[in-house]
Amino acid sequence: MSDENILLIERQDGVAIITLNRPDKLNSFNDELTFKLQDALKEVEKDDSVRSIVITGAGRGFCAGQDLQNRNFGEGQGKRASLGDSIRRRYNPIVTKIRRLEKPIVAAVNGVAAGAGMSLALACDFRIVADNASFIQSFTKVGLIPDSGSTFVLPRMIGPTKALELMYSAEKLEAQTAFDLGLINKLVSSDTVLSEAIEFAAKLAKGPSKAFGLTKRAVNKAIFPDLEELLEYEAQLQEIAGRSDDFEEGVKAFIEKRQPVYSGK
Amino acid sequence: MTMTYKTILTEIEGNIAIIRLNRPKALNALSHELMGELVEALNEFDRDDKVRAIILTGSDRAFAAGADIKEMADEDTVSIMLKDQFATWDRVRQCKKPIIAAVSGFALGGGCELAMTCDIIIAAESAQFGQPEINIGVIPGAGGTQRLTRAVGKYKAMEMILTGRPITASEALQIGLVNKVVANEILLDEARALAEEIAKKSPIAVRLAKEAILKVFDTSITEGLEFERKNFYMLFSSEDQKEGMKAFIEKRPAAFTGR
Repeated sequence: MSDENILLIERQDGVAIITLNRPDKLNSFNDELTFKLQDALKEVEKDDSVRSIVITGAGRGFCAGQDLQNRNFGEGQGKRASLGDSIRRRYNPIVTKIRRLEKPIVAAVNGVAAGAGMSLALACDFRIVADNASFIQSFTKVGLIPDSGSTFVLPRMIGPTKALELMYSAEKLEAQTAFDLGLINKLVSSDTVLSEAIEFAAKLAKGPSKAFGLTKRAVNKAIFPDLEELLEYEAQLQEIAGRSDDFEEGVKAFIEKRQPVYSGK
Repeated sequence: MTMTYKTILTEIEGNIAIIRLNRPKALNALSHELMGELVEALNEFDRDDKVRAIILTGSDRAFAAGADIKEMADEDTVSIMLKDQFATWDRVRQCKKPIIAAVSGFALGGGCELAMTCDIIIAAESAQFGQPEINIGVIPGAGGTQRLTRAVGKYKAMEMILTGRPITASEALQIGLVNKVVANEILLDEARALAEEIAKKSPIAVRLAKEAILKVFDTSITEGLEFERKNFYMLFSSEDQKEGMKAFIEKRPAAFTGR
């Protein structure tokens, strides 16, 4: 069943507001949502009336990452999923586009940002975060590696020591701690997160967009000169992880709402 | 003042000539007509003593996205052989002045081959190079198998030609297919700066240097060295050589006259 409204775009004062709209699934990514987000980003890129962008989630979550109930990972070796393929088609283009799009992109993190949802938030230029929001590198919980840029974006932002801790523990990172780690531009109360983000973005929309765009391009070259190469590497390694027993077990445990029992294979 | 063409635009800035492929709706697909006009323009600039270097470029979206497939799809072996479309390409090779390809966007198939026919390639970040002929059941016919292999080696050439997959500007730089990669917006500035730098040198020396370099691909090292030497000796009857060496000895900049 295709839902036309799982992604919404509004325009306001030169700002395009993209809302992930699967609130009952915490805005997790099924196939369709990833492609709709890719299309939305292309659309706002081409639209000269849009000079800055806000990405947010509907309901109480920002984005819970891959929808594990709705996996269509493509054909892999034998009976196992091909995650590499899924990442290359669905997630990497989102991250690449967010970084390459020469307009400022603000994540209005209204709630939990888990897995690829956290990667999405980190890929953006700015993060305005609700004080009750949280970030989770939830990938290893299902026997996978962090993807959609997390393996390099997060360590480059907070150093490998804290990054690996978050990745291995898959524990919730509260908004305040995330702020203290330098991941967040502004911490605000949950009822004002979207309006604050829009205000922030509207101000940028009135700014010297060409200079902003070139600045982003230069900073990209300094901080992510190897963006495509590392995203491709993640895809390759996730392919391997996706063929593991621990991934099968991890997803099974998640669906059965129990603790996973890892074999290490 | 240059001639007016239908599928290309030409202009002269100082002693640089710029040829812009201009079939935007066809992404500059290299039709018979375009190749004919390109060669005419190159001839014109080759004969113009004021022109010291030539820049060849396309549009921001595409340098040239291949040959005009519709023109050749229905040919048979004899008809296409008699058509001799590659004869025009041979005439590109005959240009004695240095040609700098400024490549933005798609340089695929014939577009890639055209860029490789030039002497220096500057790529915009958006440039993509590829030989996708295999995807339509043929092979590169305008030098791709020869020039790509010489430029990037057997292994990358095999991969590119047998899969038809394009490579990015950054990979092209890594494997030695292009000289430099720059932001799209300053591609022409970069090409101009390079052309102007070359334009300041003795044009006769430039001509004989290009000739000697191209000889490398046609001959043994022994013959190549002989050829180089003959060109070297030839320059000693030029005024530019006298002026160049005199200026060096006198520790001043040379004033080349092109004689």
